[in-house]
Amino acid sequence: MLDEAKAGELFAHIKKHSSADEVEVLFYDVHSALTRFANNTIHQNVAEENQVISVRSVFGQRTARATTNRTDGESLQRVVQASESLARVQHQDPDLLPMARPEESGTGTVGAVRHFEQTAALTPQKRADGVEQIVKIAGDNRLTTAGIFSSSEISEGIFNSRGLQRWHRQTSSEISVTMLAQDSSGWQKANSPDVCHLDARMLAEVAAKKARDSAHPQEVSAGRYTVILEPAAVLDIVGFMFFDFGGLAILDQRSFLNDRVGKQIFGENINISDEVNHPLQSGAPFDGEGVRREHVPLIEKGVVKRLVYARATAQRVKKSEYKDKLGHVGPTGHGFPLPNEMGEAPMNIVFQTPDNPQTTEQMIASTDRGIYVTRFWYIREVDPYEKILTGMTRDGTFLIEDGKLRHGVLNFRFNESLLHMLSNVEAMGTPVRASGEESFDMVVPPMKVKDFNFTEVTKF
Amino acid sequence: MQEIASWALNSASLKGAFYADARIVNERGRSLATKNGKIGSAADSESLGIGVRVIADGAWGFASSDDLSRKSVEETAARAVEIARASARVKQEEIHLAPESTVTAEWVSPFKIDPFSISVEQNLDLLLKIDSELCAVAGVTLAETNLNFKREEQWFASSEGANIHQTKYITGAGYAAYAFAGSEIQKRSYPNSFGGQWQNKGYELIEELKLVENARRTGEEAVALLKADRCPEGVSTIVLDSAQLGLQIHESIGHPIELDRVLGMEANFAGTSFLTLDKLGKLRYGSELVNVVADARPEHGPGLGSFAFDDEGVSAQCTPIISNGLFTGYLSSRETAHAIGSNRSGGTLRAESWNRLPIIRMTNVSILPGEKPLSREQLISSTDSGIFMQTNRSWSIDDKRYNFQFGCEMGWEIKAGKLVRMLKNPSYSGITTDFWNSMDAICSRDEWTLWGTPNCGKGQPQQVMGTGHGAAPARFRNVKVGSAYKGN
Repeated sequence: MLDEAKAGELFAHIKKHSSADEVEVLFYDVHSALTRFANNTIHQNVAEENQVISVRSVFGQRTARATTNRTDGESLQRVVQASESLARVQHQDPDLLPMARPEESGTGTVGAVRHFEQTAALTPQKRADGVEQIVKIAGDNRLTTAGIFSSSEISEGIFNSRGLQRWHRQTSSEISVTMLAQDSSGWQKANSPDVCHLDARMLAEVAAKKARDSAHPQEVSAGRYTVILEPAAVLDIVGFMFFDFGGLAILDQRSFLNDRVGKQIFGENINISDEVNHPLQSGAPFDGEGVRREHVPLIEKGVVKRLVYARATAQRVKKSEYKDKLGHVGPTGHGFPLPNEMGEAPMNIVFQTPDNPQTTEQMIASTDRGIYVTRFWYIREVDPYEKILTGMTRDGTFLIEDGKLRHGVLNFRFNESLLHMLSNVEAMGTPVRASGEESFDMVVPPMKVKDFNFTEVTKF
Repeated sequence: MQEIASWALNSASLKGAFYADARIVNERGRSLATKNGKIGSAADSESLGIGVRVIADGAWGFASSDDLSRKSVEETAARAVEIARASARVKQEEIHLAPESTVTAEWVSPFKIDPFSISVEQNLDLLLKIDSELCAVAGVTLAETNLNFKREEQWFASSEGANIHQTKYITGAGYAAYAFAGSEIQKRSYPNSFGGQWQNKGYELIEELKLVENARRTGEEAVALLKADRCPEGVSTIVLDSAQLGLQIHESIGHPIELDRVLGMEANFAGTSFLTLDKLGKLRYGSELVNVVADARPEHGPGLGSFAFDDEGVSAQCTPIISNGLFTGYLSSRETAHAIGSNRSGGTLRAESWNRLPIIRMTNVSILPGEKPLSREQLISSTDSGIFMQTNRSWSIDDKRYNFQFGCEMGWEIKAGKLVRMLKNPSYSGITTDFWNSMDAICSRDEWTLWGTPNCGKGQPQQVMGTGHGAAPARFRNVKVGSAYKGN
């Protein structure tokens, strides 16, 4: 793996060949492996080693980026020349700031350890051991299983010619399990920087139970229902709103928060922050310019209190009509690598623990009639300002009656506004680190939501 | 590069691989974008590496590296064999590949103008000119433009003796105007949404698209939508423009015919398919007018699914998918062909890059145009009542590809053969086979466009792939409309 010392040598080499006013280099090195299984067989099994060196050059108010995965001297010179050639022909950008200084970057690592040798050293044989356990449980239940067991180690860093230098490394591991019966299925997924925290057997048992219990699904008509959403379902749907929580989205007037910051738009029980240092979070403590990621309280008691800002966005907002309308404005360390069109976004979302957290069992017990959702699928935005999203349920959808899961149901299509949904949360559980397929990982609770809008039913 | 590939194949063989192939891929890309009169992004990229795929002990292994030194390449191949042996611990049966004749070949996708030969200044001037046209429209609050060029060069070699060198040029461009007012955001895109039009072409595509000429109208339509009536809710005849029909094909025909999905190999992520094997040759997928092919041959056109050989060395083919409404074919590979009783792969295995395992991907899955001359104007004028929908805004379909819902950027009410009223927020939904069986008209060749979808996601780890979809405007009866806003 690329380490900070080697990256420093490469940066010195690049700086020597740079004729730009300023130069910045992003380093990214990944060793990853993924064992994939289906039909109770490992059918795909892959490993990758790759590193990326990305050079940004600045001439006055012009900047551009070039990227390579080659580290030989000739390739490094070529990538420097490519970034400089591109930068020289750009138009002047009056909002471009000098590169970040070291004091904007902070020091040290994130609070929790995010690199574990046992994850970095995980072998294909160990992953096969995990898959074997899952396949055995499938066989014991007369089910067919499909899924993944993956692990990776990454190093990433940023160096610039103003002396900023940050480095981060972490590991990750993930198991996702689908269990398939003749007319039903179940699913579970978990990830962790420490592979020892993954329990293949438990995930497989829960997925198998869902597949068994939802067998012979019955059709229930579409309409508004109380729903109980597992954490993965919550994160996949709410994830669609956080790219609107950047200052540039407001300036561009593409955010559903235009004219809504400071107003009560969600229920009073909704409190969400961005916290890279949360023990259940992952990722580097600095952004695409190397700026330290701050803890930002985004939503307090249903009111959007703050947004996140890259350095240039903060400067633009302070000069704009929005300067007094968005609460505290200043760089928060959430910018994407420059140049880019998206600006910034909070990527370390943490839902605050509610006053009276409930388990999903308690939520079910208090529900006269409702739908239990394991997972959503193929979520897309229908309306960008009312934040209406559509999507399907999948892999374990149940009817709740009289406080009990009664039986599996045919999957629903929903068309639901996030403004409506997060104003109708009746109960939440303790937030956990969850992983879905439609959005980035978050620390989210299970939720009980009333009047969730299912509009159609599919055939299975 | 052939020597580097031979290091991999020899190393895999020495470690006991029954079969091995190596792909060395060298990619170059350029992305330029503007937003509201400013350059949004300007980036060049290059990536070079090798991926080695092997069968050992009857199971698959794959390893990849960006290091092309002999030591690294040999270690990468050995790692692939070690991984295959681990795979073999959890298997139900041995991997068997359909036979394929080995070839030595060179191929370059046809192009007239190397897109990298055009100066960045010229490209930026074009984008800023479009941007200026969009922003000149009062009420446009956000204008975005983009240009993308790629060059993908690949060397493929296999232990069976194949040796194939292919180079593709890909060009894409598009733009969008947004209008925000009150409590809504409306958007119009050209020539298509989500990145515009993409093809295996050089810079000549940019010249063909007439980007500047259509910018003012696009901006005006975005603003006009703010004051348009909302698409009603109910059941209606709909006419889809060719770009939206292209995405409809992608989602409700292209994905369900992927044989790996049908066989359960994608069950954990992308999903499975309602097209179980018993339906081949029996299912009435659509009306008699529905004729769909999966055609990777360059003579089909410069689609993103065009090539000479797929990523396991199988030559490009045309597979009839739906013939006069009857379901007749799947997308297959050497590993899966036997499942449909075929002794040859359909040639659809492709990988995003050197660091990904090739999997079954759509090639150019296209609906054939109507045989009788029929223009879009004639199609609309022959429609008593309905809604004409243009340009995709949202898309969603279940994991067996039955229930879909699409939103479009703009609609028009059709009355007595005329477009009488602009409609905002149009959407339609249905069940795949019901929908295709309701098609009662499709325009002829003059209205047929081979659209590029550059962002199709599939696989774990996820791979993004370009696919092609030829389509012409078509009419569908008794379709549910407006349900995306039902209750909202």
